[in-house]
Amino acid sequence: MPRKISIPFTGSSTMSQSERPGERRPSQSRGNRLSQFFSSSPKAKDQLSAQQALMAMQNNSTPSITGPGLSLPSISLSTVATSEPHADEPPKTIFQPTSSSETSLQKRFEAQFGPLLHPTHRYVSKHHGEPLQAPVIDEPPYYYVLTTYISYLLLLALGHIRDFFGKRFSKKPLYRTLRAANGYAPLNDDFDSFYTRRLKLRIDDVFARTSTGVPGRFINLMDRVSDNFNESYNYLGTTTETLNMSSYNYLGFAQSEGPCANAVEECVRRFGLSFCSSRADAGTSDLVCEVEREIAAFVGKPSAMVFSMGFVTNASSFPALVSKGCLILSDELNHASIRLGARLSGAVIRSFKHNDMMDLEKRLREAIAQGQPRTHRPWKKILVAVEGLYSMEGTMCDLPGILNLKDTYKFALYVDEAHSVGALGPNGRGICDYFGIDPSRVDILMGTLTKSFGANGGYVAADKHIIDKLRSTNAATMLGESPTPAVLMQILASLKIITGEMVPGEGEERLQRIAFNSRYLRLGLKRLGLIVYGHDDSPIIPIALYNPAKISAFSHEMLKRKISVVVVGYPATPLISSRARFCVSSAHNKDDLDRLLAACDEVGDILQLKFSTGIAGGLKPLPEGVSPENEAAWRRANGLEGVIEAPRWSLEDVIALGAADAKVRLR
Amino acid sequence: MDLHEAQAYLQASLHEISEAFQKVPGSAVLIRYIQSSYQNDPVRSAIELILVIFFVRYLLSPSYPTHDPNYVKLREDEIDELVKEWEPEPLVSPQSALQEAEAEKVPVIVGPTGPKVKLANGRTVTNLASYNFYNLNASESIKEKAIQTLRTYGVGPCGPPQFYGTQDVHMNTEADIAAFLGTQSSILYAHAFSTITSVIPCFCKRGDVIVADKMVNYPIRKGLEASRSTIRWYNHNDMEDLEKVMSKVAQEQAKKKILTRRFIVTEGLFEMVGDCSDLPKLIELKEKYKFRLALDETNSFGVLGRNGRGLTEAQNVDSEAVDVIIGSLSGPLCAAGGFCAGSKDVVQHQRINAAAYTYSAALPAMSAVTASETLNVLQCNPDILIQCRENIRAMRAQLDPRSDWVKCTSDPENPVMLLVLKPEVIQSRRLTIEDQDRLFLECCEESLANGVLITRLKCMPLIDSLGPLNADVNIQPALKVCITSGLSKKEIEKAGITIRHAITKVMTRKTNRQANLSG
Repeated sequence: MPRKISIPFTGSSTMSQSERPGERRPSQSRGNRLSQFFSSSPKAKDQLSAQQALMAMQNNSTPSITGPGLSLPSISLSTVATSEPHADEPPKTIFQPTSSSETSLQKRFEAQFGPLLHPTHRYVSKHHGEPLQAPVIDEPPYYYVLTTYISYLLLLALGHIRDFFGKRFSKKPLYRTLRAANGYAPLNDDFDSFYTRRLKLRIDDVFARTSTGVPGRFINLMDRVSDNFNESYNYLGTTTETLNMSSYNYLGFAQSEGPCANAVEECVRRFGLSFCSSRADAGTSDLVCEVEREIAAFVGKPSAMVFSMGFVTNASSFPALVSKGCLILSDELNHASIRLGARLSGAVIRSFKHNDMMDLEKRLREAIAQGQPRTHRPWKKILVAVEGLYSMEGTMCDLPGILNLKDTYKFALYVDEAHSVGALGPNGRGICDYFGIDPSRVDILMGTLTKSFGANGGYVAADKHIIDKLRSTNAATMLGESPTPAVLMQILASLKIITGEMVPGEGEERLQRIAFNSRYLRLGLKRLGLIVYGHDDSPIIPIALYNPAKISAFSHEMLKRKISVVVVGYPATPLISSRARFCVSSAHNKDDLDRLLAACDEVGDILQLKFSTGIAGGLKPLPEGVSPENEAAWRRANGLEGVIEAPRWSLEDVIALGAADAKVRLR
Repeated sequence: MDLHEAQAYLQASLHEISEAFQKVPGSAVLIRYIQSSYQNDPVRSAIELILVIFFVRYLLSPSYPTHDPNYVKLREDEIDELVKEWEPEPLVSPQSALQEAEAEKVPVIVGPTGPKVKLANGRTVTNLASYNFYNLNASESIKEKAIQTLRTYGVGPCGPPQFYGTQDVHMNTEADIAAFLGTQSSILYAHAFSTITSVIPCFCKRGDVIVADKMVNYPIRKGLEASRSTIRWYNHNDMEDLEKVMSKVAQEQAKKKILTRRFIVTEGLFEMVGDCSDLPKLIELKEKYKFRLALDETNSFGVLGRNGRGLTEAQNVDSEAVDVIIGSLSGPLCAAGGFCAGSKDVVQHQRINAAAYTYSAALPAMSAVTASETLNVLQCNPDILIQCRENIRAMRAQLDPRSDWVKCTSDPENPVMLLVLKPEVIQSRRLTIEDQDRLFLECCEESLANGVLITRLKCMPLIDSLGPLNADVNIQPALKVCITSGLSKKEIEKAGITIRHAITKVMTRKTNRQANLSG
């Protein structure tokens, strides 16, 4: 059975080799070539086919996601049809898997979704019962903290000096919007835009890089240069294919081929481009109703409604739920959309420390005891808003902890699963699934369809009476546009693949691959000595950079190695802890992650990023006979208490041991 | 002995501490100072000590009060009791009767939207409820383009624009919109409804002044709320009142010698009324009083003007004279998302400061390409606008002059015809806003029973969000009839007759008359 050997980048070359098996292979050793010459025995061919068979076996042993059309069986006509076989006639087959168009199609498919290299590269994302520990935050030596502060001080001072003189003497257009001119006040306050102009602009070329094509396993970046210090860019007209560690493509549904895209194409032909109307007018189609039913069933709530934008889902849901006289307790790291929605609702907003249950309890007690400010009337309702997975920290919310408090303090709970739905849980159903908690214990589950589903928009799922009321009070559904048919079909198709209704086995593979990839990469980075934030099972993996200059340097170094990463600094993070963020996807395979690890190893040395102390993980494995339970006793016996060796593993060890170690408790 | 050991240990450690202290530079000076001061004047030393303690305490105390002044300190058991007693209200209140009736009657369309749609109950009806004015939704060539895009870009861009979510198609569409409108630049948002809500707070901050029309739509109101600026209102489309308000603002600021950003915010075609603004006058006033103008063309982009460029084209105003133009790509353009067009500075500022742009995923590539394609159709084939306008006239002739009950408040070129009850009807029957809304709900139902799908102006979210301060804003419930060029003139006239009869039937229905006579 001809099957594509799945080695990235060399896909086409192996194909051509199997096409012309008699030809010499330049990479082989001299002896081999000689024997080949004399014997004319296809030893190389044998080797190759053995390798191929092995690969095929590996591929066969697990339902793997292959390219379109290539899993078709080949039928040999000469053996099946004819009664007297001609020995010297080459076997005829109907199916020619190696035609160039097939190969390029396969290559294209794999650029969007990498093949699984080994069936063991899977893991089930699931919580194992123990209370959720906050991840240990490692800190670099004081030298880095100090230089970070000095860098920012220098940047601020220089910026202010340039502004001072620029506003008075310069004729540059940069200052035009800052000056009052012609009786108009300046368009921007110089204070408001200071950060953008003086800090962000310096490294602006690492943000908003324009891409083209599918943001799948690889992403094509449009090459650009700036000759006026990032004020504008000249596009060179060429593109660079980079490994995509930046898109929120958790389950790898960003694809232009495959069952999802086929369904979407069919849908566009049938439904057209848009419903041209708001939901309350004439934008409610049978398609949107079906999507809502499927989502409700998927997240485990009786009812759900979809929106055409994730941001608006939050921004418009809060005003429909709470109003004056209510209290919103919001995690301090909640997304801007939650903050906007909370502000527009008119309720009182207080925040509690990120994921800190003690602080939440303290604030709940105080709020209930004190009542509303001034009047001391009891609050009408208290709504606690948290996110399932925090996009900048990679931490998960402590849902069991919150639910413990919920029973005592009777607040309503709003969980924003923008990042966690699809990415967490053995069935991809989000944070409740991950912790094994009945979704009915959470009042409102909100999520986006942009990330794991490769579509666009958001949903809110809750009890039927809540959704019914939301439908008739939520302005975005009454007045805003309804989602387009293409987006709805993408949601529906990807949902059905995740649940296994369509292409059984594929959804499971995607879920288990992202869980494995997340743990493998996280462990690898820790072992290399980088400071990694977040919980072990989270597919968002931020690493600490600290100095502002390293933000752009890291991004540039990665781009040189053809890897695109997201880098963030203040104000998206605290001032000193600027970071790079890797978003792991099911579309990646171990080779991709190894490539990233190798790049991080090099860049980590160049930029001096390996400053972890080991308290947050990445330690050497325990010696034979010592289990994690009696580690403390072993340490005491050997006088190793409190001695933690800083992890600085070699790349070879990281790659060799990572796959097995990622599946046990990370240390 | 234990005691001796302890004493020895204490002495040793004291000795160590004092030695360590003496090693600190300047310690000798300090000791000498304290010794001499104590010998000279023990009272002074005491005061100094108190001062030092006070200083340390002051340094350690938080710089703001941690509790408001009427904080009541309670014991833990009292708090426990309060926690036990506290009963929150249910998360949502039950639906009102009108809401329930409305929810039941939302039409569910099976298959594509178009001039004729199939409903879930199996009937095919004439659709006068979608913004599909030119029926571009059915265009095969645009669909083909969208599918090509799907096969190159997939569906979602899987990221916010600032993090690799910007694709070349977005940049092309932005350039197309800017070229179409004649502005320097434009920026694409993923959702039309929230575009202006995000644009306003991006430019207007606390202390700035916004002068806005009283009839602006819901997203603008939310944007004004989010901006925290000082809002002044002027009567709907009343340019004299606007001038009065503006000159007052200008005078106040001149007197106080402050200069803040000043904006006029209004709509091209008003969503709540249907009429259009007087743009030349607005431009004249804005230049006279040094205001900037933000014009929401959500309902007029793709509708007004020869090619559908909006109010600027219809009233022959240079689009660069308007500082900020906001429009939608989701209505007649059959794509999705919104945009904001203006000068380069205006657009650049939004790329990092507008919440709905920065914190949201980018627009799907398919929708961006669709928008470019439909803009191209409008540009090359303005006849479809003329055809649509003929249909508007045909419908208007059936409704406005002939109905005893309703009148049309929309602009003659607005394909969204808003029909409100005539004032004499409201007066004689003493109809409240809810009554009117309910009557129109019945009209929609009656019309649908006769094969014409129309809808109502959804004004309740806006009315509910208005505080008691805005009691003078009289937003009237209305019937909404959306014209499309996908129907022939004959069909439009027939539908018009059906709607007129439906209104008459509902208004003369016995229950409606009695209910209001007794009320």
